[in-house]
Amino acid sequence: MKDTEGYVTADGRQIGGVLMEMRNITLRFGGVVAINGISFDIREGEIRAIIGPNGAGKSSMLNIISGFYTPSEGEVLYRGERRPAMKPYEVARMGVARTFQNIALFEGMTVLDNVMTGRLTHMHAGTLSQALWFGRARDEEMENREKVERVIDFLEIQNIRKTPVGRLPYGLKKRVELARALAAEPSLLLLDEPMAGMNVEEKEDMSRFILDVNDEFGTTICLIEHDMGVVMDLSDRVVVMDYGRKIGDGVPDEVRRSQDVIDAYLGVPH
Amino acid sequence: MLYRTAGQFKTSYQADQALFPVRQDAILLGVILIFAWVVLPMTASEFAFQTMLIPVLIYALAAMGLNILTGYAGQLSLGTGAFMGVGAYACYKMVTLMPWMNPVVAILLAGVFSAGVGVAFGIPSLRIKGFYLAIATLAAQFFLVWLFEKWAWLYNYNASGAIQVPNLDMFGLWVSGPQAASVTQYYLVLGVVTLMTLLCINLTRGNLGRTWKATRDMDIAAELIGINLMKSKLTAFAISSYVVGVAGAMYVFMWKGAAEPNVFDIPLSFQVLFIAIIGGLGSILGNFLGAILIVGLPVALNLLPNALGIPISSATVEHLNVMIVGALIIFFLIIEPHGLARLWALIREKLIVWPFPY
Ligand SMILES: Nc1ncnc2c1ncn2[C@@H]1O[C@H](COP(=O)(O)OP(=O)(O)OP(=O)(O)O)[C@@H](O)[C@H]1O
Ligand SMILES: [Mg+2]
Repeated sequence: MKDTEGYVTADGRQIGGVLMEMRNITLRFGGVVAINGISFDIREGEIRAIIGPNGAGKSSMLNIISGFYTPSEGEVLYRGERRPAMKPYEVARMGVARTFQNIALFEGMTVLDNVMTGRLTHMHAGTLSQALWFGRARDEEMENREKVERVIDFLEIQNIRKTPVGRLPYGLKKRVELARALAAEPSLLLLDEPMAGMNVEEKEDMSRFILDVNDEFGTTICLIEHDMGVVMDLSDRVVVMDYGRKIGDGVPDEVRRSQDVIDAYLGVPH
Repeated sequence: MLYRTAGQFKTSYQADQALFPVRQDAILLGVILIFAWVVLPMTASEFAFQTMLIPVLIYALAAMGLNILTGYAGQLSLGTGAFMGVGAYACYKMVTLMPWMNPVVAILLAGVFSAGVGVAFGIPSLRIKGFYLAIATLAAQFFLVWLFEKWAWLYNYNASGAIQVPNLDMFGLWVSGPQAASVTQYYLVLGVVTLMTLLCINLTRGNLGRTWKATRDMDIAAELIGINLMKSKLTAFAISSYVVGVAGAMYVFMWKGAAEPNVFDIPLSFQVLFIAIIGGLGSILGNFLGAILIVGLPVALNLLPNALGIPISSATVEHLNVMIVGALIIFFLIIEPHGLARLWALIREKLIVWPFPY
């Protein structure tokens, strides 16, 4: 099948076969059609962006991928196989990690503990072993702590390790949330507006982290972003949504030149 | 300088994960353990054993059980008293049906029954939250106490309707019933509570603890990062109820000696809840601080005025106690929701930098 072939990006990275495919997805909330018959795919190793005006249905799409919403119609294929209806935690265990448009950290826990929760899907010690802090539980705690420390170093948040998350400023919270998702070592990373509400400097940092994650760990990334400059710089391919429909799909240059997209999104300030 | 941490660098994550990363904490704990295991039992009077030492430990354990559910996993319960009752009745049935059974084993097994009942009554938590869950646990409270009254098999058809703790021995030493010495019972309770505390500390600082806290702080995000909420909540109910049940069994077998069904009614649930709140939700240490305060306050109110030569009636003491506890609850709920444990943490932080705050 052609799906397994992939392509080479402008900057020379080899992109693999289809990791996740959305086929004819429709999502309704009562009378509201949030997503209307959309198909697109996410390929192994690429940075895929979803853009569109407010209310276009972007977050809803991520929620479908992460199993939080079940599509009214259509199907999700994972590595070419139809994914049955799954609970969000089951999807997470398949290797899908995400961040949220409105930060969803565990406010009562420290940064370290928050990032450690990202490793939950990799820890399997039984209750007794944990209660005794012996054997498998202790080994797992040690191994996973080391992995988490690497993520903490990578995102340069060493000095706030022991700080309760509730006390952090917005920009750092966003970064901790990324750390928690990265700690899971996901095969697919979903980022819902990772740069929303950030200043230019913070945005630059975040862009660099996203590129580094993709580059160093080969993580496939699907992100939603409003800042067009950022999207054009970061992403390999872009899906454009408007009122629940797909109005564009392709490499950034292509999408930028499409008249539909200009009319619906780029031309209209919001 | 008392709490100086300079020079104590962590060279590995293992060292950082040790129970007491700061040496002074370990020393302080050592002192407390020596007091609890050696000094107090050697010097305490019968009165001190019965009014302070034994009840403080048992109440602290019950509050610890509740704290796992409410403070760590965020599921409010108003049925702690009834779950203590399940432990007590289960223990009673076991030792009367199987008199050869080791009493400590019976106490530890009794918790298994309350864990089972706890899980059954925890199932609604999968659907309902907060206030409504609290009401559901209150229903469990009423139902169980009603069952303790009506199901005569539970109290072996005694005419009094109460359970009476038999004389039980372990290796030739009386450990429960009228024959048992307070010091023996104290050591048994202390052993069980020490063990349970250690297990609870480990559970709450590890993976399960993080799972519970994530469930408490934001359940939707918890599920999206891979937590099975049902499993998280039900393990919290199971482990919490187990600990509460063990505390309940000891409450009757190691302290009261006998119990009527209404002992396990709502006032007991609230007393344990108050200990957890005043001590600090989401803390293990807090349960002990809260228990010392709640158990010790009426004792102090009885003793102090007399020692100072101020005559004060026992009814007044009762009223004073209720007023002070009420004021404390309000204070902690509004000013310091993390309770005495947080106050201690603040003092400790100050001591670490003292006398050079910069
Ligand atoms: N749980 C829900 N119940 C009802 N309607 C919903 C729900 N979630 C989303 N919608 C509706 O679906 C549409 C798409 O919403 P969505 O959040 O996916 O948009 P978005 O593209 O992420 O917008 P934004 O850029 O503002 O984040 C909106 O009209 C929204 O009101
Ligand atoms: Mg959105």
